[in-house]
Amino acid sequence: MNSVNDRSRDIGEFIPADDDDMIICRCEEITKGEIRRAVHDGMWTLTEIRRYLRTGMGLCQGQTCSKLVKGIVARELGISPAELEPATSRVPMRPIEMHVFANEAKEDDDHE
Amino acid sequence: MKRYDLIIVGAGPSGLSAAIEAAKRGLKVVVFDENEKPGGQLFKQIHKFFGSKEHKAKIRGFVIGEQLLEEADSLGVEVVLNATVIGLYQDKEIVVKIGEAINHYKGDTVIIATGAAENMVTFEGWTLPGVIGAGAAQTMMNLHGVKPGQKILMLGSGNVGLVVSFQLLQCGCEVVALVDAAPKVGGYGVHAAKVARTGVPFYLSHTIVKAEGEDCVKGVTIAEVDEHFKFIPGTEKHFDVDTICLAVGLSPMSQLLKMAGCEMEDNPKRGGQVPICDEYGRTSIPGIYVAGDVSGIEEASSAMIEGRMAGIAASEYIGYIDKDEMDAELVKLDAALDGLRQGMFAPANRGKTITETEEGIPISTNLLKKGFVADDEIERYPGVTHKKGIHPVIECTQNIPCNPCQDACPKKCISIGANITSLPTVVENETCINCGMCVASCSGQAIFLVDEDCGDGTATVTLPYEFLPLPEVGTKGDGLGRDGKRVCDAEVVNVKSMKAFDKTNLLTIRVPKEYAMKARFFKAY
Repeated sequence: MNSVNDRSRDIGEFIPADDDDMIICRCEEITKGEIRRAVHDGMWTLTEIRRYLRTGMGLCQGQTCSKLVKGIVARELGISPAELEPATSRVPMRPIEMHVFANEAKEDDDHE
Repeated sequence: MKRYDLIIVGAGPSGLSAAIEAAKRGLKVVVFDENEKPGGQLFKQIHKFFGSKEHKAKIRGFVIGEQLLEEADSLGVEVVLNATVIGLYQDKEIVVKIGEAINHYKGDTVIIATGAAENMVTFEGWTLPGVIGAGAAQTMMNLHGVKPGQKILMLGSGNVGLVVSFQLLQCGCEVVALVDAAPKVGGYGVHAAKVARTGVPFYLSHTIVKAEGEDCVKGVTIAEVDEHFKFIPGTEKHFDVDTICLAVGLSPMSQLLKMAGCEMEDNPKRGGQVPICDEYGRTSIPGIYVAGDVSGIEEASSAMIEGRMAGIAASEYIGYIDKDEMDAELVKLDAALDGLRQGMFAPANRGKTITETEEGIPISTNLLKKGFVADDEIERYPGVTHKKGIHPVIECTQNIPCNPCQDACPKKCISIGANITSLPTVVENETCINCGMCVASCSGQAIFLVDEDCGDGTATVTLPYEFLPLPEVGTKGDGLGRDGKRVCDAEVVNVKSMKAFDKTNLLTIRVPKEYAMKARFFKAY
């Protein structure tokens, strides 16, 4: 088991910082403090952080913040960002309106 | 479900190159791209490319893009734009949003060439309108003809930061500073030098403390950082700006590959999450290939070769060519790619500190710290020589894979030799005819034609000039040094614009002869 998943490890107390109110995920308006606190609440993987806070779940789908969130979580855990598994990639890759998502093109429709 | 022999995601340099190679071999190919225009980043690249002839050196990026599109088109490649690939499923089923509907396609082979996305950094005020990516600035300027701002600070001294800074200057913006937290310039020295000589100050070992403003950027404060990247109190500097450009690296857009189940790794050297693949782009899933930045951040010239490799490998995979034919082609491309991955900036040298050129000449430390070669350093490079009459002065001081200058000179005055990364030298016994081809051909704008002594106490310097308005003959102004500061009075005595120069104008200025080796740019009064 790699160190990231070893939840018996002591990462210390949450220590407030001056830049805790800085927004990291712009789409969902999640701050650095919220992300750091989530780690101390026990969210040690990016998938958990995403479900807990909705980071990277907005319009840009994490294009802007995923690397930033990863860096913050890794620092809080005292590990290298490369050790953190990125969150799962799922369809749809890009934001899409539901009426389009549900609209299957006819088999004989050509895009031209 | 519509089937194709090969489906390519991304119509950038690598995707189009892959399409061309596969279509040449008879595959039925479709390329999907989510943008309204094809070409990926190529169409934003208005500068001349580096490399050798086979890498399309000295051709401007957007022209290379047009050539690729034309070739793909003539081979019957279908390029579908405004087509967003939203999923890559098992058995190479691709789901694409086209218009208002969802379409399904199946490819016998798939090449993912989705490229990369810009990184961001955080600082107080980073979410204010006016903080933009350097790539975004480039898109605004070069695709849409919109000026991103008036006064701009650039963060990042890699090639993207340097090239975009130059383009911002070209589009009439003021670049107040070029800032990087690293202690030395990350991109090519020649790119840095052409920005520095226009007067843009470089602040290495500095980064942004905060962006100021209520509703939008009104100013920015930077400060020096120590070796642990911590701010040094008391070193703060303020600039009034309306735009802050971030050029702090790229991350591969590899999510489709992860979704498809390709084995991935987190590799900081390749820019982040990348698929595990071999040198020809084969991923862990047979029939799925990658090419370009999505498999590791490099640049457009190598992306085009990687694309061609993947296109050829895919052709062999489904039996359009046999293994021998593939191997023969790949060997050639290997050599071309190797040629690009040489020199100081080669991927293998990333993170290393290089203190000497291949010739054993010390690297200019001023270039790495301030963006220009100091007057007392320039004489040690082999392209900088002295001679009676007009002669080329080649201020090329780093080993990069590039050699158009050697082919440009009809008199063979310039020699690089067999090793493409060698510093150019001036051939002693050949006579320069003042044609200017070398000046215009140098992608780094590092060649000048100098007549050190015109006999009347003056000297002339011919320099590459890519700004508008073009000064007229007789215009008086400041001769600027390599640092962009005024060194002397200067007068434009000749302006040469020729088709063969490909929009690089040659400005000849007359300066007092003691400034022949110092004046390198011109600013009209």
